[in-house]
Amino acid sequence: MNYLHYIGAYALMIIEIFKKPTKWSVMKKLILKDIDDLIIGSLGIVAFISFFVGSVVTIQTALNMDNPLVPKSLIGFATRQSVILEFAPTFMSVIMAGKVGSFITSSIGTMRVTEQIDALEVMGINALNYLVFPKLIALLLYPFLISISMFLGIMGGLAACYFGEFATINDYVTGLKEDFIPYHIIYAFIKTFGFAFLLATIPSYHGFYMKGGALDVGKASTVSFVWTSVAIITLNFILTQILLS
Amino acid sequence: MIEVKDLHKSFGDTHVLKGISTTFEKGKTNLIIGQSGSGKTVFLKCLLGLFDYEQGSISYEGRIFSKLTEDQKRELRSEIGMVFQGSALFDSMTIAENVKFPLRMFTKQSNSEMDDRVNFVLKRVNLEGAHNKLPSEASGGMQKRVAIARAIVNKPKYLFCDEPNSGLDPKTAIVIDNLIQEITNEYDITTVINTHDMNSVMEIGEKIVFLKDGLKAWEGSHETIFKTDNETVTDFVYSSELFKKVRKMYIEENNL
Repeated sequence: MNYLHYIGAYALMIIEIFKKPTKWSVMKKLILKDIDDLIIGSLGIVAFISFFVGSVVTIQTALNMDNPLVPKSLIGFATRQSVILEFAPTFMSVIMAGKVGSFITSSIGTMRVTEQIDALEVMGINALNYLVFPKLIALLLYPFLISISMFLGIMGGLAACYFGEFATINDYVTGLKEDFIPYHIIYAFIKTFGFAFLLATIPSYHGFYMKGGALDVGKASTVSFVWTSVAIITLNFILTQILLS
Repeated sequence: MIEVKDLHKSFGDTHVLKGISTTFEKGKTNLIIGQSGSGKTVFLKCLLGLFDYEQGSISYEGRIFSKLTEDQKRELRSEIGMVFQGSALFDSMTIAENVKFPLRMFTKQSNSEMDDRVNFVLKRVNLEGAHNKLPSEASGGMQKRVAIARAIVNKPKYLFCDEPNSGLDPKTAIVIDNLIQEITNEYDITTVINTHDMNSVMEIGEKIVFLKDGLKAWEGSHETIFKTDNETVTDFVYSSELFKKVRKMYIEENNL
């Protein structure tokens, strides 16, 4: 029954986010600040992880190909499929649930603990619209981050291929082009938009409705990471069933 | 004036406010006092509309809060200034931005008009030159003064303060008390202060409401509190030897 209560409260929160909008002149600055905090601030970690995970996928594929009859281009093909279909959209989102999600929960949770949210409400401001809506809009740029992740993952694979001498660059590029289905990119971006919505709202819910003190802000961040990850993996399963089956 | 009638508030099975009726008068510093757990903060949050209540009514100049539409509530809230116990300043904004915030949200003033008003109120609370500091760079007393400046910047009709002196040294506490009283008289606003500080009670309590176990146990002023023989009040207010002596001296001096 508790879970039903939380789902209901989460749904009501989503509705409340779109009510009583904050003045555009104020909202504009909040959106730009959140783009900086959530998107630009994540570029470094996304680039680093994507490049090296792309390399590792390539090395693992190459090392497991001991049959001389299997063409070397398969390395590029496997890297492309892994990175575009799952690693960049899904697993990068789970990583972002830790980075962006914890940031959202702890910043909103601290505002709750220090009565800053009460101050907004006393002034008659819709605190959910003021705090969460800019994050939702900022995370509309999340697919841009995932595109960079896809590109750098594939580049990481290319670098690993070249420096590890697992295949020639030509073989790798041939693999990248092999049986390419453009719909897979669309599928990946549809997932990304769904994950962006979860990344903005679930951590906000845990921060906004938290009770207690500083210790509870830490606990809320942890719980928020767990539930955001669970929601991302579940949505991934549902969308894959719907879009690819 | 704020009029409260038969206010009841519960949390689950715990009945916190058990039927409080009182009025808070315009142009006066109205104090809510009482022991921890007496229901002061819940009462204040009900007055502010942060908590819903089960029974009773709160009327702001005849406007009954629970009967207002969302737009009317929003309009009423723009007439309220609030000083929180921990100041509740937005830590990502500078002091000037904090003070400017209500103007940006609720007025159509130009930037220069807003800046003029911010300069005026910061000067009023003796914080000239602190515009670009972050709240984390300000002392506790400065933060309280910024919170007061933010609360009065939009010329509120009602000013609420939750323990404005908590965590301050006695000298700064007196400065904050005097500032609140001066602002109340100067702008003729209805000020409601939730406090534990007996010094505030003696100095600025033009109307005092004493709560005990969710009920109004006594009401009066800083003058009548010396004369009262209500044991519940005297036990609380004169619990320290110093205040007992002060009371004795007051009674002797005034032949009461």
